[in-house]
Amino acid sequence: MHREDFPLLKQDLIYLDNGATSLKPQSVIDKTIDYYENYSANAHRGDYDISYKVDLEYENTRDLVKDFINAKRKEEIVFTSGTTDSLNLIVNGFFKNYLEKGDEIILTKTEHASNIMPWFRIAGLTGAIIKYIPLDDNHFVTLENLQKIVTPNTKVISLAEITNVVGDKRPIKEITKFAHEHDIFVVVDGAQSVPHIKVDVSDSDIDFLAFSAHKMLGPTGVGIMYAKYELMQNIEPVNLGGGMNESFESPSKMVLKEVPMRFEAGTPNIAGVIALGEAIKYLNKIGMDNIFKYEKDLRKYLIEKLINIPHIDILNLEADSGIVAFNVEGIFSEDVAYYLNKYGICVRAGSHCAKLTKDVLGVVNSIRVSLYFYNTEAEIDNLVDLLKDKDKILKEML
Amino acid sequence: MDKELGREIILEHFSHPLNKEEVNDSKYLKVNSNNPNCIDNLNIYLLIEDNIIKDIKFMGEACAISTSSTSIMIKNLIGKKIEDAKEYINNFNHMCNEEEYDEDILNEGLAFQDIYKQSNRKNCALLPYKGILKALEEYEKKSD
Repeated sequence: MHREDFPLLKQDLIYLDNGATSLKPQSVIDKTIDYYENYSANAHRGDYDISYKVDLEYENTRDLVKDFINAKRKEEIVFTSGTTDSLNLIVNGFFKNYLEKGDEIILTKTEHASNIMPWFRIAGLTGAIIKYIPLDDNHFVTLENLQKIVTPNTKVISLAEITNVVGDKRPIKEITKFAHEHDIFVVVDGAQSVPHIKVDVSDSDIDFLAFSAHKMLGPTGVGIMYAKYELMQNIEPVNLGGGMNESFESPSKMVLKEVPMRFEAGTPNIAGVIALGEAIKYLNKIGMDNIFKYEKDLRKYLIEKLINIPHIDILNLEADSGIVAFNVEGIFSEDVAYYLNKYGICVRAGSHCAKLTKDVLGVVNSIRVSLYFYNTEAEIDNLVDLLKDKDKILKEML
Repeated sequence: MDKELGREIILEHFSHPLNKEEVNDSKYLKVNSNNPNCIDNLNIYLLIEDNIIKDIKFMGEACAISTSSTSIMIKNLIGKKIEDAKEYINNFNHMCNEEEYDEDILNEGLAFQDIYKQSNRKNCALLPYKGILKALEEYEKKSD
């Protein structure tokens, strides 16, 4: 769908690494250039016309994000540098002060590094304990398995809505309902879900959400932290400086701005934020439900073809997303990626920043295909043709 | 070296790498070698006695180029005096970096003669050499 909108697709490339980052449509690129060419002033200084325009555009994106994830108020939207930055702000700004010795943090082993490492450190600092939800045979999270490990000491559950290797979609709404009945906070890593499915924070009632612009057609260097308004007062800003203070006179006399501005110290990625607004408009035009359905159909098409190749071992046969992880028997994943690259096919090889996932899948590395709405059945055919012949891979991978 | 022959040598060492086994012997020096931009990750075990490389073994997750390069390196370094081993290593490094080198001493290492043309794979071929140099350095520090 809509391939003509993506300049990079004019090259002879098959881009199947959307889990890493997405391509950008012309409208997003144009919006970025428009800022630098026509009104590249700083934000929050509306003393003259072009600076005022920056404020309008920048805050317009905040409104667009609010509606996109159905937040209740625009103050719940904080611009960060990416999902990693957002998760670190949530952990270091809120949970560092909230958690005490013996409290339990619940994660899964299929999380990305950025939803594990900040928690590891905070566990070390506070004496909190990390626990993992046991996964079922498909490596999925179930509410029953979560219920088994929750105790009165459990304080927070932090998990990806869609994981970046297994590609499973977690029952976030059910988990959150259960968690809130037990006074447990829910943090959601939306890096792989917000670009692909309709995420509705009011409906799911989650407490925190983190995601990145660049995986959803937007620029790199911009992310979102969503937190419920009533929790925002209790988040301590990690960065202090310009743009986030009302006044400061001495260590005991620092007055911070209201939320969300107090979390956005320093000059933000203005062009990036403004261009993210354009990306959201683009996604809205296609419709998130249409995108998800298209990707699921395309995944099914790919799986049906891969499953018939005897030397291909699919690691996540059942997954409700556009992510397929597999290995070619006896060949290192990176060699397969190099081989495919010779034919202009971009896939990812490795552990995909989810280094605990090996305990679950039983393999350290894999090849990952991650789809988006601009991928086609013809591209899948091309990929599958190249994977069919193992001798050809062995011959040409060097 | 003939291209086709080189490819065959690499594939042979990838399919049947020499001395690919874990070592639990404190006589061996252990070093890890990995590339920041790829997923190759090797442990290299080195045994030196009387200034001579008695044994090298390796274990890890690595691509065909890294695996075969390690295997070929092991084959060529075992039995060498440290200084001769260093000469081999230097020549291999030079070959990969398009500098002058002595073809006569590299033997099967010449299978990687053209690797400099693939800049993203050059580091795969060099990975075991990075590791062995680290091990030799540690050995020499210890002996001082």
